[in-house]
Amino acid sequence: MSKASEKAKEPLFHIAKRPSMPMWKSWLIRIAAIAAALIVCAAIVVMLTDLNPIEVYVSMFNGAFGSKRKIWSLLQNIAILLCISLAVTPAFKMRFWNIGAEGQVLAGCLATAACMILIGDKLPSPVLILIMVIASIAAGALWSVIPAFFKANWNTNETLFTLMMNYVAIQLVSFFITIWENPKGSASIGIINMNSQAGWFPSLFGQKYLINIIIVAVLTVLMYIYLKYSKHGYEIAVVGESENTARYVGMNVKKVIIRTAALSGALCGVAGLLLVAGTDHTMSTETAGGQGFTAIMVSWLAKFNPLLMIFTSFLIVFLEKGASEIAMAFRLNESIADILTGIILFFIIGCEFFVNYQIIFNKKHKEGK
Amino acid sequence: MMFASIATFIQRAVVQGIPLLFGSTGEMITEKSGNLNLGIPGIMYVGGVSGVIGAFFYERSTDNINAFLAVIIPLLAAIAGSALMAFIYSFLTITLRANQNVTGLALTIFGEGVGNFFGGSLANLFGEGGSIAMTATSNIFRTPFPFADKLGAFGKIFFSYGFLAYSAIVVSLFAAWYLNRTRSGLHLRSVGESPSTADAAGINVTKYKYLATCIGGAIAGLGGLYYIMDYTSGVWTNGAFGDRGWLAIALVIFALWKPNVGILGSILFGGLYIVYLFIPGLSRSSQELFKMLPYVVTIFVLIIVSMRKKREYQPPQSLGLSYFREER
Repeated sequence: MSKASEKAKEPLFHIAKRPSMPMWKSWLIRIAAIAAALIVCAAIVVMLTDLNPIEVYVSMFNGAFGSKRKIWSLLQNIAILLCISLAVTPAFKMRFWNIGAEGQVLAGCLATAACMILIGDKLPSPVLILIMVIASIAAGALWSVIPAFFKANWNTNETLFTLMMNYVAIQLVSFFITIWENPKGSASIGIINMNSQAGWFPSLFGQKYLINIIIVAVLTVLMYIYLKYSKHGYEIAVVGESENTARYVGMNVKKVIIRTAALSGALCGVAGLLLVAGTDHTMSTETAGGQGFTAIMVSWLAKFNPLLMIFTSFLIVFLEKGASEIAMAFRLNESIADILTGIILFFIIGCEFFVNYQIIFNKKHKEGK
Repeated sequence: MMFASIATFIQRAVVQGIPLLFGSTGEMITEKSGNLNLGIPGIMYVGGVSGVIGAFFYERSTDNINAFLAVIIPLLAAIAGSALMAFIYSFLTITLRANQNVTGLALTIFGEGVGNFFGGSLANLFGEGGSIAMTATSNIFRTPFPFADKLGAFGKIFFSYGFLAYSAIVVSLFAAWYLNRTRSGLHLRSVGESPSTADAAGINVTKYKYLATCIGGAIAGLGGLYYIMDYTSGVWTNGAFGDRGWLAIALVIFALWKPNVGILGSILFGGLYIVYLFIPGLSRSSQELFKMLPYVVTIFVLIIVSMRKKREYQPPQSLGLSYFREER
């Protein structure tokens, strides 16, 4: 018995939680991780194509910033992704894993498109847009309140519930596409109100995306204040840390869960509104384009801080744009963008370990001691 | 006549269900260790494309195809590719304790990228019209029992599938037996319910989580392989696999984390997936509503299970949480 314990191997190292790390140091780790990821990506691109990696990164930059139009479209994509990321944030802070943003955005799109198609030509523009705003917010909120209601009352697993709601929304959208088809048989609804432009967001200073960008910028600041300084924000944080504590201090946990989920869905609805009325003027099952999932990463990478999300959403959009430019410039398959994004995400996800934990190497004990 | 079309329906439902069955069995084993692997859709893509790559190189390397090698090479390639994907997930969530949802979603983005990149590139270079066909390999994968034709509808329902379909059922039954009837299965379940208790009882939590996730991933990857080699007759087209990976995750819930229930569940899901093709007189728009069925049914199951609060129907207690011994 004692022999066995003497012979027991002592592990080479053990892992302990770090007390806390100065801000600059943790960001240094993250930047190092991104740099490492870019090197790995370059290695992969070179392996697949025999191209000079520096050339590849130059063309990535061109893809994102190459022309005025590209910069505007970059900003526009950031705005939408940021809007969805803001939306999922309060829910995540509460540990309500809303992976149904995709469906909630589509619900918002559907409501907006419905207003534009059904009552587009009957109402003056300001009234119409007001109705569209209300409808899209209500639709998005409804899509996330349903799972939240069951979560609050019966603790139904919200990750899986919201995930399923995505597909219900997708099928609803395809259902309405077949109804509103234009022209018939095209399996798409074409540009809505092409001639009257009813319900289209106006362009400001000749820039059609500017209004989206301004709306999202305002929302970002509001969300920051809401989460950091309001009573609601505090309640969200407490429920997220410990539901029991929240209950003990007398918070109405059910109410907080449903209210926060509604807010989350409502903002997704706004993203849907911006996509249909402010950007595409049409709707398909691909309108949300997987951004509901990407937004989860954006929010998580920014540690749920709305201001940092401006940077993280920029990073992701830049990568996607850059990678698709690489694909085009070097005649590669488009999907290289997803591979590169995935690798970079793995590195960023993995590096959090080194921010939160430290590895301590054990000193060797001397023989016979 | 009526009977024949019912037999066709059941047969098609089974063929639709098998990829889901592989996926859900893999995910169940993974979830029993407490890992909610949302990367399964990506893993299934990689399983499919690895099989295609394996088959492609084998078909090009030889003129007369040896049936055994033609099966074993894509099979091993698919297992290796998808297990490697699951290993990435395991390393990030178990060793580096990353958030499981975020890691899983990243893995899905990555996996679909890998699938469409390599599959699409092969199709561009060697295929036609955006897809590439492994017909010779697929024919071997699709070989049914020789007597299937002679038994009429009965043969069609039970004996008309390739060997992977039967393997899927065997794997599920084996998983059910393993989880409920073996000591090591008990240990695995205890890791998923309460890793700290399992750890205190001397179970190597890390080892169980790694093995369960990687083996689960490999099984799920076979779903991708089956889809390519059997369902589409060896044709890879980008994006054709669709949302089946998510449906497999839905099936896990539907089957209440029981692999043997998953067998019937997968056939039911397969049936729901295609029922719109068999109901006469449906307009195109109501077809879209019918396609909603598997998801709506899953939502109902999820709600009812959570309301009834029966202990054996719940997800593993620590599902989605990373385990760190020193944390409390």
